[in-house]
Amino acid sequence: MNELIKLSATELAAKLRAGEVTSVEAVQAHLDRIAEVDGTLNAFLHVNAEEALAVAAEVDAIRAAGGAGAEALHPLAGVPIAIKDLIVTKGQPTTAASKMLEGWMSPYDATVIEKIRAAKLPMLGKTNLDEFAMGSSTEHSAYGVTRNPWDLNRIPGGSGGGSAAAVASFEAPLALGTDTGGSIRQPGAVTGTVGVKPTYGAVSRYGAIAMASSLDQIGPVSRTVLDSAYLQELIGGHDPKDSTSLPNALEGLVAAAESGAAGDLEGLRIGVIKELTGEGYQEGVQARFNESLELLKAAGAEIVEVSCPNFKYALGAYYLIMPSEVSSNLAKFDGVRYGKRVLPEDGPMTIERVMGATRAAGFGDEVKRRIILGTYALSAGYYDAYYGSAQKVRTLIQRDFAAAFEQADVLVSPTAPTVAFELGANDNDPLAMYLNDVATIPANLAGVPGITVPGGLSENLPVGIQFLAPAYEDARLYRAGAALEALLEKQWGHSLISQAPAIDTASIAQEA
Amino acid sequence: MSAISREDVVHLAHLAHIEMSDAELDKMTGELDAIVGAIASVSEVAASDVPATSHPIPLTNVLREDTVGQTLSIEEVLLNAPDSDSDRFKVPAILDGE
Amino acid sequence: MSNYNDELVDFDEALDRYDPVLGFEVHVELNTKTKMFSDAPNAFGDEPNTNVTPVDLGLPGVLPVVNKTAVEYSILIGLALNCQIAEKCGFARKNYFYPDTPKNFQTSQYDDPIAHDGWLDIELEDGEVFRVEIERAHMEEDAGKLTHMGGAAGRIQGADYSLVDYNRAGVPLVEIVTKPIVGAGKRAPELARAYVAAIREIVKNLGVSDAKMERGNVRCDANVSLMPKDADKFGTRTETKNVNSLRAVEHAVRFEIERHAAVLDSGAKIVQETRHWHEDTRSTTSGRPKSDADDYRYFPEPDLVPIVTTAEWVEELRSRLPEPPAERRKRLKAEWGYADKEFRDVVNAGVLDEIEATVAAGASAAVARKWWMGEIARLAKAADKEIADLGVTPATIVELNSLIETKKINDKIARQVLEFVIAGEGTPSEVVEKRGLAVVNDDDALGKAVDDAMAAMPDVVEKIKGGKMQAIGALMGPVMKATRGQADAGRVREIVMEKLGL
Repeated sequence: MNELIKLSATELAAKLRAGEVTSVEAVQAHLDRIAEVDGTLNAFLHVNAEEALAVAAEVDAIRAAGGAGAEALHPLAGVPIAIKDLIVTKGQPTTAASKMLEGWMSPYDATVIEKIRAAKLPMLGKTNLDEFAMGSSTEHSAYGVTRNPWDLNRIPGGSGGGSAAAVASFEAPLALGTDTGGSIRQPGAVTGTVGVKPTYGAVSRYGAIAMASSLDQIGPVSRTVLDSAYLQELIGGHDPKDSTSLPNALEGLVAAAESGAAGDLEGLRIGVIKELTGEGYQEGVQARFNESLELLKAAGAEIVEVSCPNFKYALGAYYLIMPSEVSSNLAKFDGVRYGKRVLPEDGPMTIERVMGATRAAGFGDEVKRRIILGTYALSAGYYDAYYGSAQKVRTLIQRDFAAAFEQADVLVSPTAPTVAFELGANDNDPLAMYLNDVATIPANLAGVPGITVPGGLSENLPVGIQFLAPAYEDARLYRAGAALEALLEKQWGHSLISQAPAIDTASIAQEA
Repeated sequence: MSAISREDVVHLAHLAHIEMSDAELDKMTGELDAIVGAIASVSEVAASDVPATSHPIPLTNVLREDTVGQTLSIEEVLLNAPDSDSDRFKVPAILDGE
Repeated sequence: MSNYNDELVDFDEALDRYDPVLGFEVHVELNTKTKMFSDAPNAFGDEPNTNVTPVDLGLPGVLPVVNKTAVEYSILIGLALNCQIAEKCGFARKNYFYPDTPKNFQTSQYDDPIAHDGWLDIELEDGEVFRVEIERAHMEEDAGKLTHMGGAAGRIQGADYSLVDYNRAGVPLVEIVTKPIVGAGKRAPELARAYVAAIREIVKNLGVSDAKMERGNVRCDANVSLMPKDADKFGTRTETKNVNSLRAVEHAVRFEIERHAAVLDSGAKIVQETRHWHEDTRSTTSGRPKSDADDYRYFPEPDLVPIVTTAEWVEELRSRLPEPPAERRKRLKAEWGYADKEFRDVVNAGVLDEIEATVAAGASAAVARKWWMGEIARLAKAADKEIADLGVTPATIVELNSLIETKKINDKIARQVLEFVIAGEGTPSEVVEKRGLAVVNDDDALGKAVDDAMAAMPDVVEKIKGGKMQAIGALMGPVMKATRGQADAGRVREIVMEKLGL
C-alpha cells in the first residue's frame, strides 16, 4: 500500500505545501487504491480520474510557480476528495444510486462543489449510497451494495456507506456526505471514521438532491476530527441560493479542533443523554461508550446526566416528517424533463400512465415505501394526526435539547446502537433498519449539529461516539471530538483506523 | 388510528403516480400498516398547546432582489430530455384518446 | 363529456326563480423582472425554454428563493383591495402531478395568505355601487405552457401528444379570491365583468402587472351556484376556468346561470365540477369532477422561510399606492368636462391614460378625445391592435394639433400624417416636410391651378360672375386635385374672387 494514502488530509496538505509530494502523485495513489479494492468494496459509482489528475496537475503547477498564486491556494488544495452521489456535479454523472437518474448529467454544480472546485480539491468520483439516501446500510442502492472495509460481509452503514467506506479503506482522505437522520454519522460509526452533521443551514443544500428538505444537511467525512473541521470550514457559509442557509459562516472550527486535540477539556460540561443508553444498545457499544466517558472525565470534563424524555417519540416523528417531504421532493422524477421514462406495457398511453410506469420502474422498494407512507401522512383526514403531530413532537424535542443544553455544553451518546450488521440482516424488516438511526435522528429534527468519532472496537468492529451541540455551536463538537480522539489514540498508541484489516479482494468476486 | 386497507394503498399509489401490481399492493399494505402502527405514538404527546415546528432553525424574510441571472442554454435544458420536439419537451397525450 | 346540448333556461326566467351566488378566483401575473422563486427572466413571447434556470426545470437538487419585489407587489395588491396584510405568512406545497408543473407541486400559500379580508366597491354602468368582499390574496407561481398537438385546433381532447415550454413556469402570480357574492340577481353577469375589469384596472394602475387578459396576465375562474328564492343555503357550485376576456366572464356567468337553472328545474342535481369556457360556442363543457382525487396534501414549504411584514414596511408600501382608479375617474371626468357617455366610451376604449398624458402634454381634453377616440381608434381597429400598441405618443397628438392650428396642414392631411408617423416615418413635422404635405398657399401655384380650373369650366365661372358664390365650390375639386389636396381652401376662394374682380 502506498503510504501516501494513509496520511490524513491535513498531513497530506502539509506535505503538498512543503513540496515533498505532488498532488498528481497523491491523486494517482488514491486512484490506484480504488483500482485495487473498489471492485470488492463498491464504494464508488463513478471514478473521475482524468479530471482529478488535471486539477492535481494545475495545483502542482501553481505551487511550482510559487509567488502570490501559490500563497493564495486553499490549505486543502490538491488533496483529493470523494463526493456522495446525491450531490450534483457537472461533468460527472449523478444518479442518487437510483435507476431513475441513470446517465443523468447535471447542467449545474452544487454550491459545495463550486467551493471545492474553487479550492482546487481534485474530485476522485461519486460514492455509493442507499437510493436517494433512503436507508441505513447502502444495501438499497440500485447499483449494488457497498461493503464495510472492516468486514466485507457487513454493511458500511447508510445512506452514506460509499463515502464512509471510501475514507475508511484509504481510497480517499476526505469525502462529502449528507445527513438526514444519521446518514453521515451512522456510517462513520460503523466504519471507524469521523463524520459531522453541521448545524442545519451551516452548509448550503443547493445541489444536494433533496430527500427531506427540513432535515437534510451536507457534511464532512474524514479519518480525523481536524480534517472534518477543515472541510466544514471550506464547504460552509451563507449561500444566497439556499433560503435556509445561515446568514453567517460558522467560524473557529479548525481552531476548536486544535485546542481540543491539545487536551483542553477543563470546565467542559458533557451531558449523557439518559434516553440514548442502556436498553437497545449492544453491550460492547455501551462498554466503549462508558470507557470514553471515563477518559473525558479524567481529562477534566464534567460529566452530567441529562434527560430528554421526548426523544422516544423522535423516531416516530422522523418517520412521518421525512417520508412526507420525500413524497413531495421525489414527485419531480416523472420522466418528463430528465431521467428515466418507461412506457406502460398495455392500455392507454397517457402521460399519467407513463409517469406511473416510470416511477414504478425507476424507484426501488424502500423509496416507494417512503413515498407511499408520506403520501398517507399528508393526505386529507390524516394530516393533523400524523404530519401535524410529528411537527409538534419536533418542538418538544427542541425543548428537550434546550433544557439539556442548560446543564451541559455538549451532549454525548453512542452514535449507533449496534456495530455494523451483516448484509441482508434486515432485508425483510424495514422497521428494524429504522432503529439504527435512533440516536442520530433527534439532531436532525432539532437542527443541531452532531459528530461521530471512533470509540474503539466491539467484536473487532468499530463503535462510534456521538457528540451533539446547540445550533450554531459546531465548534464545540470539534473541541470535544478532537479531545476524545486524542485521548483514545494516546491510550491505544495508534489510531483506530490503522487497525482495520487488509481488504481481502480475493474473497469477494468483483461485481458487475 | 384505523388500520391501513388495501384500498387505501391503491388510492395512495394513484396519488403518488406509482403503478403497482397486486402483489406489491398486498405487500405494501402490510408493511405500511406495521410502520404506521409503530410510529403513531406521536399523536399521544402532541397536545394542542404545542406549536408545530416546520423549520428547525427559525429564519425569516430571506428574499432575493429582482435581478435577472444566468439562464440555461437550450442545449443544457434539453440535455437529459427523454423526448423533445421544437425545443420543447414532448410528452404523451394528457387525455385518453378514446 | 360534451355538453354542447345542455338545456338552458331563459336568463330572466331563471332569475325569477333562483338567486345566483358568485365567487371569483382571479390570477394576476406580476410583471417583475424575474420569476417568483428563480432569477430567470419573467418575459412573454420568447423562444421556448430559453427563460429557464435549473430551478424552473425542477432539476434535482435545486432550491427556491423568494423574489422580494413579487412580495412587495403582492402587498400592494392587498392594500389596494383594502385587505389586512398578514404579519407573518409562509409558503406551502400544493402537490399534484401535471407535466406543465416542473416539480409536480406548486409552491403557493395555504392557510396564511399574505393579504386577507378586504373589499372592493364595483361601480356598474348605471352608477350603482356593489361591494365585493375579498377573502384573500395569496402568492404562488405559474405553470409552464402546454401545446397540444395532433388533435383539432390545439385542443387537449384528441391530441396525440403535447409539447411543454417552461418559460412561464415560475412566473409570480397573485390569486385573488372573493367571498361568496350574493344579491347581484340579474346583474350577476354584469357584475362579474365589472369585477374582473376593476381588478385588471387596479393591478395595471399599481404597475404590478401588464394586465393583458389576452396574454393571460389576468385570468379568471368564475364560480356560480343558484339557490331557490326561498332557500337559505347555497347551492352546489361549478367553477368555470379559462375565462380570458371581460366579455367571456360576462357570458360564462350568464351561461352557467341558464344551465344551472335548467338542471335544477328538471329535478337533477348540479355536479360540483370544473367547467371549461369555449369562446367559439359561447358555452361551457364539463372538465374533471371535483372528487377525493383532489387531495393536494398541502404542507409548509420546508425550503422557504416565513415572511414577516413589519408595520414600517407595510406603511412604506402604502405610501407608494397610486390614486385608486375609481377616484381618479371621478376626478378626470370633472377636469375634462366630458359628458357621461363620452367619458364612459373613453373608459371602455381603455384610453384614459393616453388622454391624460395628451392633456398633460398640452392638448385640450376635447382635442385629445377627438384623436384617441376617432382616428387612432379607427387605425387600431383596422390593424387589429390595441390602441395603446399602435405606438402613438401624446407628443404626436400635440404636434399634429399645432400643425392644424397654425394652418400648416388641414384635418384630412393630418390623418394621413398620423398614418405615416405610425409607419415609423418620423415626427409629424418631419413627415410633413419629407412628404411635402404642407398646405399649398403659395399664390403662384394656387393661381395656376385656379386658372386651369376656370379655363376648364367656363360655365361655372359665369355662374360665379352672376353672383352665385357657392359655385366656387365646383372649382375646388380640380384645384384640390391639382395640389394633391393640400390647397388652403380659404385662400383658393380669395384668389378666385381676386381673378374675377369681385
